[in-house]
Amino acid sequence: MATAPQQPPWLGLPPLAVRVAWMDTLDPRGRMAAAVLVSAALAAANQLLTLVIALLTAAAAVRLARMGLRTAFRRLIPVNLFGLVLLLVLPLSTAPAPWFSVGRVGYSREGLLLALVIAVKANAIVLWIMALLGSLDTVRLGHALQHLGVPGKLAHLLLFTIRYLDVLHGEYLRLRAAMKLRGFRPGVNAHTYRTYGYLVGMLLVRSADRSERIVAAMKCRGFRGRFHVFHRFAFAPRDVWFAAGIFLILVSLELLEYS
Amino acid sequence: MNDALVLLDEVHFAYPPNRRVLAGCSLRLARSDRIGLIGSNGSGKTTLLKSIVGLVRPTAGRVEVFGRPRMHERDFQEVRGRVGLLFQDSDDQLFCPTVAEDVAFGPLNLGQTREEAAGIVAQTLQSLGLKGYEDRITYQLSGGEKRLVALAAVLAMQPEVLLLDEPTSGLDDDATERVVNVLAGLPQAMLIVSHDRSLLQRTAANCLRLSAGRLQQI
Repeated sequence: MATAPQQPPWLGLPPLAVRVAWMDTLDPRGRMAAAVLVSAALAAANQLLTLVIALLTAAAAVRLARMGLRTAFRRLIPVNLFGLVLLLVLPLSTAPAPWFSVGRVGYSREGLLLALVIAVKANAIVLWIMALLGSLDTVRLGHALQHLGVPGKLAHLLLFTIRYLDVLHGEYLRLRAAMKLRGFRPGVNAHTYRTYGYLVGMLLVRSADRSERIVAAMKCRGFRGRFHVFHRFAFAPRDVWFAAGIFLILVSLELLEYS
Repeated sequence: MNDALVLLDEVHFAYPPNRRVLAGCSLRLARSDRIGLIGSNGSGKTTLLKSIVGLVRPTAGRVEVFGRPRMHERDFQEVRGRVGLLFQDSDDQLFCPTVAEDVAFGPLNLGQTREEAAGIVAQTLQSLGLKGYEDRITYQLSGGEKRLVALAAVLAMQPEVLLLDEPTSGLDDDATERVVNVLAGLPQAMLIVSHDRSLLQRTAANCLRLSAGRLQQI
Protein backbone atom coordinates (compact mmCIF):
# COMPACT_ATOMS: atom_id res chain seq x y z
CA MET A 1 0.00 0.00 0.00
CA ALA A 2 2.98 2.26 0.46
CA THR A 3 2.91 4.99 -2.13
CA ALA A 4 5.45 7.64 -2.95
CA PRO A 5 4.94 10.59 -0.65
CA GLN A 6 2.91 13.23 -2.40
CA GLN A 7 2.41 16.75 -1.28
CA PRO A 8 -0.80 18.64 -1.72
CA PRO A 9 -0.29 21.29 -4.41
CA TRP A 10 -0.66 24.21 -2.02
CA LEU A 11 2.29 23.01 0.03
CA GLY A 12 4.40 24.99 -2.36
CA LEU A 13 7.04 23.20 -4.32
CA PRO A 14 6.29 19.72 -5.55
CA PRO A 15 9.25 17.34 -5.32
CA LEU A 16 11.44 18.29 -8.26
CA ALA A 17 12.64 14.85 -9.27
CA VAL A 18 10.03 12.35 -10.31
CA ARG A 19 11.94 9.14 -10.90
CA VAL A 20 14.09 7.71 -8.15
CA ALA A 21 17.45 9.30 -8.66
CA TRP A 22 20.85 8.26 -7.36
CA MET A 23 20.67 11.29 -5.09
CA ASP A 24 17.51 9.94 -3.49
CA THR A 25 19.17 6.73 -2.42
CA LEU A 26 21.55 8.73 -0.24
CA ASP A 27 21.23 9.48 3.44
CA PRO A 28 19.39 12.82 3.81
CA ARG A 29 21.72 13.83 6.63
CA GLY A 30 24.74 13.63 4.34
CA ARG A 31 22.96 15.61 1.68
CA MET A 32 22.04 18.29 4.15
CA ALA A 33 25.53 18.54 5.58
CA ALA A 34 26.91 18.73 2.02
CA ALA A 35 24.48 21.53 1.19
CA VAL A 36 25.62 23.55 4.21
CA LEU A 37 29.34 23.02 3.50
CA VAL A 38 29.13 23.75 -0.22
CA SER A 39 27.06 26.91 0.26
CA ALA A 40 29.42 28.15 2.97
CA ALA A 41 32.46 27.53 0.76
CA LEU A 42 30.89 29.24 -2.24
CA ALA A 43 29.65 32.17 -0.19
CA ALA A 44 33.25 32.82 0.86
CA ALA A 45 34.72 32.39 -2.63
CA ASN A 46 35.44 35.46 -4.77
CA GLN A 47 37.39 34.24 -7.80
CA LEU A 48 35.28 34.22 -10.92
CA LEU A 49 37.00 31.06 -12.20
CA THR A 50 36.22 29.13 -8.99
CA LEU A 51 32.62 30.20 -9.15
CA VAL A 52 32.16 29.34 -12.81
CA ILE A 53 33.56 25.87 -12.17
CA ALA A 54 31.27 25.54 -9.15
CA LEU A 55 28.38 26.48 -11.39
CA LEU A 56 29.31 23.77 -13.88
CA THR A 57 29.67 21.09 -11.19
CA ALA A 58 26.30 22.23 -9.81
CA ALA A 59 24.74 21.62 -13.23
CA ALA A 60 26.27 18.14 -13.20
CA ALA A 61 24.89 17.52 -9.71
CA VAL A 62 21.45 18.61 -10.89
CA ARG A 63 21.71 15.94 -13.58
CA LEU A 64 22.63 13.37 -10.93
CA ALA A 65 19.47 14.31 -9.02
CA ARG A 66 17.60 13.58 -12.26
CA MET A 67 16.05 16.98 -12.20
CA GLY A 68 15.41 18.52 -15.61
CA LEU A 69 17.85 21.35 -16.34
CA ARG A 70 14.95 23.30 -17.78
CA THR A 71 13.01 23.05 -14.49
CA ALA A 72 16.13 24.04 -12.63
CA PHE A 73 16.66 27.09 -14.83
CA ARG A 74 13.05 28.13 -14.38
CA ARG A 75 13.59 28.14 -10.67
CA LEU A 76 16.66 30.28 -11.10
CA ILE A 77 14.72 33.12 -12.71
CA PRO A 78 14.01 35.04 -9.48
CA VAL A 79 17.69 34.77 -8.51
CA ASN A 80 18.75 36.18 -11.85
CA LEU A 81 16.25 39.02 -11.79
CA PHE A 82 17.99 40.11 -8.64
CA GLY A 83 21.36 39.63 -10.40
CA LEU A 84 20.17 41.81 -13.25
CA VAL A 85 19.32 44.64 -10.89
CA LEU A 86 22.81 44.37 -9.41
CA LEU A 87 24.37 44.33 -12.86
CA LEU A 88 22.59 47.60 -13.67
CA VAL A 89 23.21 49.36 -10.41
CA LEU A 90 26.47 48.11 -8.94
CA PRO A 91 28.83 49.45 -11.66
CA LEU A 92 27.52 52.94 -10.90
CA SER A 93 28.61 52.91 -7.32
CA THR A 94 32.12 51.43 -7.39
CA ALA A 95 35.54 52.67 -8.55
CA PRO A 96 36.02 56.25 -9.67
CA ALA A 97 37.21 55.65 -13.22
CA PRO A 98 34.43 54.62 -15.60
CA TRP A 99 35.13 51.85 -18.11
CA PHE A 100 32.52 53.07 -20.57
CA SER A 101 29.65 55.46 -20.25
CA VAL A 102 26.11 55.69 -21.47
CA GLY A 103 25.32 59.36 -21.76
CA ARG A 104 26.41 60.91 -18.48
CA VAL A 105 26.29 57.61 -16.60
CA GLY A 106 29.68 55.95 -16.20
CA TYR A 107 30.02 52.22 -15.79
CA SER A 108 33.08 50.87 -13.98
CA ARG A 109 34.80 47.64 -14.92
CA GLU A 110 35.25 46.59 -11.28
CA GLY A 111 31.59 47.08 -10.53
CA LEU A 112 30.58 45.01 -13.51
CA LEU A 113 32.92 42.24 -12.45
CA LEU A 114 31.60 42.35 -8.90
CA ALA A 115 28.00 42.08 -10.11
CA LEU A 116 29.00 39.14 -12.30
CA VAL A 117 30.73 37.40 -9.39
CA ILE A 118 27.65 37.84 -7.21
CA ALA A 119 25.32 36.59 -9.93
CA VAL A 120 27.40 33.48 -10.67
CA LYS A 121 27.84 32.81 -6.95
CA ALA A 122 24.10 33.04 -6.28
CA ASN A 123 23.29 30.75 -9.19
CA ALA A 124 25.89 28.19 -8.18
CA ILE A 125 24.70 28.08 -4.57
CA VAL A 126 21.03 27.82 -5.45
CA LEU A 127 21.71 25.13 -8.06
CA TRP A 128 23.77 23.11 -5.60
CA ILE A 129 21.06 23.32 -2.96
CA MET A 130 18.44 22.35 -5.52
CA ALA A 131 20.47 19.32 -6.55
CA LEU A 132 21.16 18.23 -2.97
CA LEU A 133 17.85 19.01 -1.27
CA GLY A 134 15.35 19.64 -4.09
CA SER A 135 13.98 16.11 -4.17
CA LEU A 136 13.84 15.71 -0.40
CA ASP A 137 10.26 15.66 0.86
CA THR A 138 9.47 17.72 3.90
CA VAL A 139 9.03 14.76 6.21
CA ARG A 140 12.51 13.40 5.54
CA LEU A 141 13.87 16.91 5.77
CA GLY A 142 12.41 17.29 9.26
CA HIS A 143 13.77 13.97 10.43
CA ALA A 144 17.19 14.66 9.01
CA LEU A 145 17.27 18.04 10.78
CA GLN A 146 16.47 16.33 14.04
CA HIS A 147 19.18 13.73 13.56
CA LEU A 148 21.71 16.42 12.71
CA GLY A 149 21.19 17.92 16.15
CA VAL A 150 18.96 20.84 15.20
CA PRO A 151 17.06 21.70 18.41
CA GLY A 152 14.06 19.38 18.79
CA LYS A 153 11.70 22.31 19.16
CA LEU A 154 12.61 23.69 15.75
CA ALA A 155 12.45 20.33 14.00
CA HIS A 156 9.09 19.61 15.56
CA LEU A 157 7.79 23.03 14.72
CA LEU A 158 8.51 22.14 11.10
CA LEU A 159 6.95 18.68 11.35
CA PHE A 160 3.83 19.90 13.17
CA THR A 161 3.45 22.66 10.60
CA ILE A 162 3.52 20.13 7.79
CA ARG A 163 1.07 17.89 9.61
CA TYR A 164 -1.52 20.55 10.38
CA LEU A 165 -1.19 22.82 7.37
CA ASP A 166 -3.56 20.50 5.54
CA VAL A 167 -6.08 20.44 8.38
CA LEU A 168 -6.03 24.23 8.72
CA HIS A 169 -6.21 24.66 4.98
CA GLY A 170 -9.28 22.41 4.97
CA GLU A 171 -10.83 24.54 7.70
CA TYR A 172 -10.03 27.68 5.73
CA LEU A 173 -11.62 26.26 2.59
CA ARG A 174 -14.77 25.25 4.48
CA LEU A 175 -15.12 28.72 5.97
CA ARG A 176 -14.51 30.33 2.57
CA ALA A 177 -17.10 28.04 0.98
CA ALA A 178 -19.62 28.89 3.71
CA MET A 179 -19.01 32.58 3.06
CA LYS A 180 -19.48 32.18 -0.69
CA LEU A 181 -22.65 30.16 -0.23
CA ARG A 182 -24.17 33.05 1.61
CA GLY A 183 -23.38 35.40 -1.20
CA PHE A 184 -20.14 36.96 -0.04
CA ARG A 185 -18.24 38.77 -2.79
CA PRO A 186 -14.99 40.46 -1.84
CA GLY A 187 -14.77 44.11 -2.72
CA VAL A 188 -12.91 47.19 -1.57
CA ASN A 189 -15.06 48.07 1.41
CA ALA A 190 -15.29 47.85 5.16
CA HIS A 191 -17.59 44.85 4.99
CA THR A 192 -14.96 42.83 3.11
CA TYR A 193 -12.17 43.76 5.50
CA ARG A 194 -14.30 42.96 8.51
CA THR A 195 -15.32 39.62 7.02
CA TYR A 196 -11.72 38.68 6.28
CA GLY A 197 -10.88 39.73 9.81
CA TYR A 198 -13.51 37.33 11.13
CA LEU A 199 -12.18 34.60 8.86
CA VAL A 200 -8.60 34.96 10.10
CA GLY A 201 -9.75 35.38 13.68
CA MET A 202 -11.88 32.26 13.46
CA LEU A 203 -8.96 30.29 12.02
CA LEU A 204 -6.71 31.45 14.86
CA VAL A 205 -9.25 30.54 17.52
CA ARG A 206 -9.87 27.16 15.98
CA SER A 207 -6.15 26.47 15.68
CA ALA A 208 -5.63 27.36 19.31
CA ASP A 209 -8.47 25.04 20.29
CA ARG A 210 -7.09 22.29 18.14
CA SER A 211 -3.61 22.67 19.58
CA GLU A 212 -5.09 22.14 23.03
CA ARG A 213 -6.86 19.01 21.91
CA ILE A 214 -3.63 17.75 20.36
CA VAL A 215 -1.70 18.30 23.57
CA ALA A 216 -4.47 16.46 25.44
CA ALA A 217 -4.22 13.56 23.00
CA MET A 218 -0.45 13.50 23.40
CA LYS A 219 -0.72 13.48 27.17
CA CYS A 220 -3.15 10.59 26.93
CA ARG A 221 -0.46 8.63 25.20
CA GLY A 222 2.09 9.26 27.86
CA PHE A 223 3.75 12.40 26.53
CA ARG A 224 5.78 14.16 29.21
CA GLY A 225 7.59 16.79 27.23
CA ARG A 226 10.15 14.63 25.45
CA PHE A 227 10.05 13.45 21.90
CA HIS A 228 11.49 10.09 20.98
CA VAL A 229 12.73 9.65 17.47
CA PHE A 230 11.42 6.54 15.80
CA HIS A 231 13.08 6.68 12.42
CA ARG A 232 16.74 6.12 12.00
CA PHE A 233 18.75 6.65 8.86
CA ALA A 234 21.47 4.27 7.79
CA PHE A 235 24.80 5.44 6.45
CA ALA A 236 25.55 3.12 3.51
CA PRO A 237 28.78 2.69 1.49
CA ARG A 238 27.38 4.90 -1.27
CA ASP A 239 27.08 7.69 1.27
CA VAL A 240 30.81 7.39 1.92
CA TRP A 241 31.44 7.76 -1.81
CA PHE A 242 29.13 10.74 -1.86
CA ALA A 243 30.92 12.35 1.07
CA ALA A 244 34.29 11.69 -0.58
CA GLY A 245 33.06 13.27 -3.81
CA ILE A 246 31.79 16.37 -2.03
CA PHE A 247 35.07 16.61 -0.12
CA LEU A 248 37.04 16.39 -3.37
CA ILE A 249 34.93 19.11 -4.96
CA LEU A 250 35.33 21.34 -1.90
CA VAL A 251 39.10 20.88 -1.83
CA SER A 252 39.45 21.58 -5.55
CA LEU A 253 37.33 24.71 -5.27
CA GLU A 254 39.41 25.96 -2.36
CA LEU A 255 42.66 25.23 -4.24
CA LEU A 256 41.38 27.15 -7.25
CA GLU A 257 40.28 29.98 -5.02
CA TYR A 258 43.59 30.44 -3.22
CA SER A 259 46.19 29.44 -5.82
CA MET B 1 -14.87 -5.88 47.15
CA ASN B 2 -13.18 -3.54 44.80
CA ASP B 3 -12.72 -4.95 41.33
CA ALA B 4 -13.80 -1.75 39.61
CA LEU B 5 -11.33 -0.50 37.03
CA VAL B 6 -12.95 2.92 36.96
CA LEU B 7 -15.08 4.36 39.70
CA LEU B 8 -16.62 7.81 39.60
CA ASP B 9 -18.32 8.88 42.78
CA GLU B 10 -20.59 11.93 42.75
CA VAL B 11 -18.34 13.82 40.37
CA HIS B 12 -19.09 17.48 39.72
CA PHE B 13 -17.57 19.61 37.05
CA ALA B 14 -18.26 23.02 35.55
CA TYR B 15 -16.50 24.88 32.75
CA PRO B 16 -15.68 28.46 33.67
CA PRO B 17 -17.41 30.83 34.16
CA ASN B 18 -20.22 28.56 35.27
CA ARG B 19 -21.45 26.04 32.75
CA ARG B 20 -22.20 22.94 34.79
CA VAL B 21 -21.82 19.71 32.89
CA LEU B 22 -21.37 17.05 35.55
CA ALA B 23 -23.46 17.28 38.69
CA GLY B 24 -23.16 14.23 40.87
CA CYS B 25 -22.17 11.75 38.22
CA SER B 26 -21.44 8.19 39.41
CA LEU B 27 -20.16 5.32 37.33
CA ARG B 28 -18.59 1.92 37.84
CA LEU B 29 -16.70 0.09 35.14
CA ALA B 30 -15.48 -3.40 36.01
CA ARG B 31 -13.25 -5.78 34.05
CA SER B 32 -14.86 -6.90 30.78
CA ASP B 33 -17.71 -4.40 31.20
CA ARG B 34 -18.88 -2.69 28.04
CA ILE B 35 -20.94 0.36 28.77
CA GLY B 36 -22.56 2.59 26.18
CA LEU B 37 -22.98 6.23 27.01
CA ILE B 38 -25.61 8.35 25.31
CA GLY B 39 -26.86 11.85 25.84
CA SER B 40 -27.67 14.98 23.91
CA ASN B 41 -25.00 17.23 22.43
CA GLY B 42 -23.14 19.19 25.04
CA SER B 43 -24.41 17.02 27.87
CA GLY B 44 -20.87 16.32 29.07
CA LYS B 45 -20.09 12.88 27.66
CA THR B 46 -16.66 13.89 26.44
CA THR B 47 -15.98 15.71 29.71
CA LEU B 48 -16.85 12.53 31.58
CA LEU B 49 -14.24 10.58 29.59
CA LYS B 50 -11.69 13.33 30.11
CA SER B 51 -12.22 13.29 33.85
CA ILE B 52 -11.20 9.62 33.94
CA VAL B 53 -7.78 10.34 32.42
CA GLY B 54 -7.32 13.62 34.25
CA LEU B 55 -7.65 16.02 31.34
CA VAL B 56 -10.26 17.81 33.44
CA ARG B 57 -10.31 17.73 37.25
CA PRO B 58 -13.63 17.46 39.04
CA THR B 59 -14.59 20.34 41.30
CA ALA B 60 -16.09 17.84 43.72
CA GLY B 61 -16.40 14.08 43.98
CA ARG B 62 -13.95 11.21 43.69
CA VAL B 63 -12.20 9.58 40.73
CA GLU B 64 -10.78 6.14 41.35
CA VAL B 65 -8.92 4.24 38.65
CA PHE B 66 -7.41 0.79 39.13
CA GLY B 67 -8.48 0.83 42.76
CA ARG B 68 -6.69 4.02 43.73
CA PRO B 69 -7.98 7.55 44.14
CA ARG B 70 -6.58 9.86 41.47
CA MET B 71 -6.21 13.53 42.14
CA HIS B 72 -2.96 14.99 40.85
CA GLU B 73 -1.22 15.08 37.47
CA ARG B 74 1.22 12.43 38.63
CA ASP B 75 -1.59 10.02 39.59
CA PHE B 76 -3.03 10.41 36.12
CA GLN B 77 0.25 9.89 34.29
CA GLU B 78 0.15 6.27 35.39
CA VAL B 79 -3.53 6.04 34.48
CA ARG B 80 -2.93 7.30 30.94
CA GLY B 81 -0.54 4.47 30.23
CA ARG B 82 -3.24 1.93 31.06
CA VAL B 83 -6.40 3.66 29.85
CA GLY B 84 -6.70 4.41 26.15
CA LEU B 85 -8.82 7.35 25.03
CA LEU B 86 -9.89 7.53 21.39
CA PHE B 87 -10.65 11.11 20.42
CA GLN B 88 -13.64 12.19 18.41
CA ASP B 89 -11.52 13.90 15.77
CA SER B 90 -8.71 11.66 14.60
CA ASP B 91 -6.79 14.65 13.28
CA ASP B 92 -6.26 15.69 16.88
CA GLN B 93 -4.77 12.35 17.69
CA LEU B 94 -2.58 11.67 14.69
CA PHE B 95 0.05 14.35 14.82
CA CYS B 96 3.12 12.52 13.56
CA PRO B 97 3.88 12.68 9.85
CA THR B 98 3.86 8.92 9.29
CA VAL B 99 1.61 6.14 10.55
CA ALA B 100 4.45 4.10 12.06
CA GLU B 101 5.72 7.04 14.07
CA ASP B 102 2.30 7.87 15.35
CA VAL B 103 1.62 4.34 16.50
CA ALA B 104 5.09 4.16 18.08
CA PHE B 105 4.64 7.44 19.95
CA GLY B 106 2.81 5.91 22.92
CA PRO B 107 5.08 2.87 23.40
CA LEU B 108 8.20 5.07 23.18
CA ASN B 109 6.76 7.39 25.81
CA LEU B 110 6.16 4.39 28.02
CA GLY B 111 9.87 3.70 27.89
CA GLN B 112 10.10 0.93 25.31
CA THR B 113 13.10 0.68 23.03
CA ARG B 114 12.81 1.45 19.34
CA GLU B 115 13.03 -2.25 18.48
CA GLU B 116 10.22 -3.16 20.88
CA ALA B 117 8.15 -0.26 19.59
CA ALA B 118 8.71 -1.35 15.99
CA GLY B 119 7.49 -4.83 16.92
CA ILE B 120 4.37 -3.43 18.56
CA VAL B 121 3.69 -1.18 15.57
CA ALA B 122 3.86 -4.10 13.15
CA GLN B 123 1.73 -6.31 15.34
CA THR B 124 -0.93 -3.68 16.06
CA LEU B 125 -1.26 -2.62 12.44
CA GLN B 126 -1.51 -6.25 11.40
CA SER B 127 -4.27 -6.97 13.90
CA LEU B 128 -6.35 -4.07 12.60
CA GLY B 129 -5.84 -5.01 8.96
CA LEU B 130 -3.55 -2.04 8.37
CA LYS B 131 -0.48 -3.93 7.30
CA GLY B 132 1.60 -1.94 4.84
CA TYR B 133 0.41 1.42 6.17
CA GLU B 134 3.64 2.06 8.12
CA ASP B 135 5.07 4.72 5.83
CA ARG B 136 1.80 6.31 4.79
CA ILE B 137 1.53 10.01 5.55
CA THR B 138 -1.16 10.52 8.18
CA TYR B 139 -2.78 13.57 6.63
CA GLN B 140 -3.31 11.75 3.37
CA LEU B 141 -5.39 8.93 4.88
CA SER B 142 -9.15 8.77 4.40
CA GLY B 143 -11.45 9.43 7.35
CA GLY B 144 -11.97 5.73 8.00
CA GLU B 145 -8.27 4.95 7.77
CA LYS B 146 -7.48 7.81 10.12
CA ARG B 147 -9.90 6.45 12.71
CA LEU B 148 -8.41 2.97 12.49
CA VAL B 149 -4.85 4.29 12.73
CA ALA B 150 -5.85 6.41 15.74
CA LEU B 151 -7.30 3.27 17.30
CA ALA B 152 -4.07 1.42 16.51
CA ALA B 153 -2.15 4.23 18.22
CA VAL B 154 -4.28 3.79 21.32
CA LEU B 155 -4.10 -0.01 21.29
CA ALA B 156 -0.32 0.06 20.86
CA MET B 157 -0.09 1.15 24.49
CA GLN B 158 -1.83 -2.10 25.41
CA PRO B 159 -4.44 -0.42 27.59
CA GLU B 160 -6.67 -2.31 30.02
CA VAL B 161 -9.56 0.09 29.54
CA LEU B 162 -10.76 1.80 26.36
CA LEU B 163 -12.65 5.06 26.37
CA LEU B 164 -14.13 5.68 22.94
CA ASP B 165 -15.52 9.07 22.02
CA GLU B 166 -17.91 8.58 19.10
CA PRO B 167 -15.72 6.01 17.38
CA THR B 168 -17.86 5.90 14.24
CA SER B 169 -18.98 9.51 13.83
CA GLY B 170 -18.37 10.87 10.38
CA LEU B 171 -17.55 7.50 8.86
CA ASP B 172 -19.31 5.88 5.91
CA ASP B 173 -21.01 2.48 6.18
CA ASP B 174 -17.97 0.44 5.18
CA ALA B 175 -15.63 2.25 7.53
CA THR B 176 -18.20 2.06 10.34
CA GLU B 177 -18.54 -1.67 9.77
CA ARG B 178 -14.78 -2.11 9.95
CA VAL B 179 -14.45 -0.10 13.16
CA VAL B 180 -17.40 -1.89 14.79
CA ASN B 181 -15.96 -5.30 13.88
CA VAL B 182 -12.62 -4.36 15.36
CA LEU B 183 -14.19 -3.02 18.55
CA ALA B 184 -16.44 -6.06 18.99
CA GLY B 185 -13.36 -8.29 18.85
CA LEU B 186 -11.31 -6.47 21.49
CA PRO B 187 -10.99 -7.88 25.00
CA GLN B 188 -10.74 -4.62 26.96
CA ALA B 189 -13.35 -3.07 29.21
CA MET B 190 -14.95 -0.22 27.29
CA LEU B 191 -16.86 2.95 27.77
CA ILE B 192 -18.37 3.96 24.43
CA VAL B 193 -19.85 7.36 23.76
CA SER B 194 -22.04 7.30 20.69
CA HIS B 195 -25.24 8.43 19.06
CA ASP B 196 -25.24 5.32 16.92
CA ARG B 197 -27.74 2.86 18.42
CA SER B 198 -26.71 -0.06 16.23
CA LEU B 199 -23.07 0.40 17.23
CA LEU B 200 -24.03 0.34 20.90
CA GLN B 201 -26.26 -2.69 20.39
CA ARG B 202 -23.39 -4.61 18.89
CA THR B 203 -20.63 -3.52 21.23
CA ALA B 204 -22.12 -2.49 24.56
CA ALA B 205 -23.86 -4.77 27.04
CA ASN B 206 -25.76 -1.97 28.72
CA CYS B 207 -26.33 1.71 28.18
CA LEU B 208 -26.43 4.75 30.39
CA ARG B 209 -27.85 8.15 29.59
CA LEU B 210 -26.16 11.32 30.71
CA SER B 211 -28.62 14.11 31.32
CA ALA B 212 -28.56 17.10 33.63
CA GLY B 213 -25.10 16.04 34.72
CA ARG B 214 -26.13 12.64 36.05
CA LEU B 215 -26.10 9.11 34.69
CA GLN B 216 -29.25 7.01 34.49
CA GLN B 217 -29.71 3.39 33.52
CA ILE B 218 -31.88 2.86 30.46
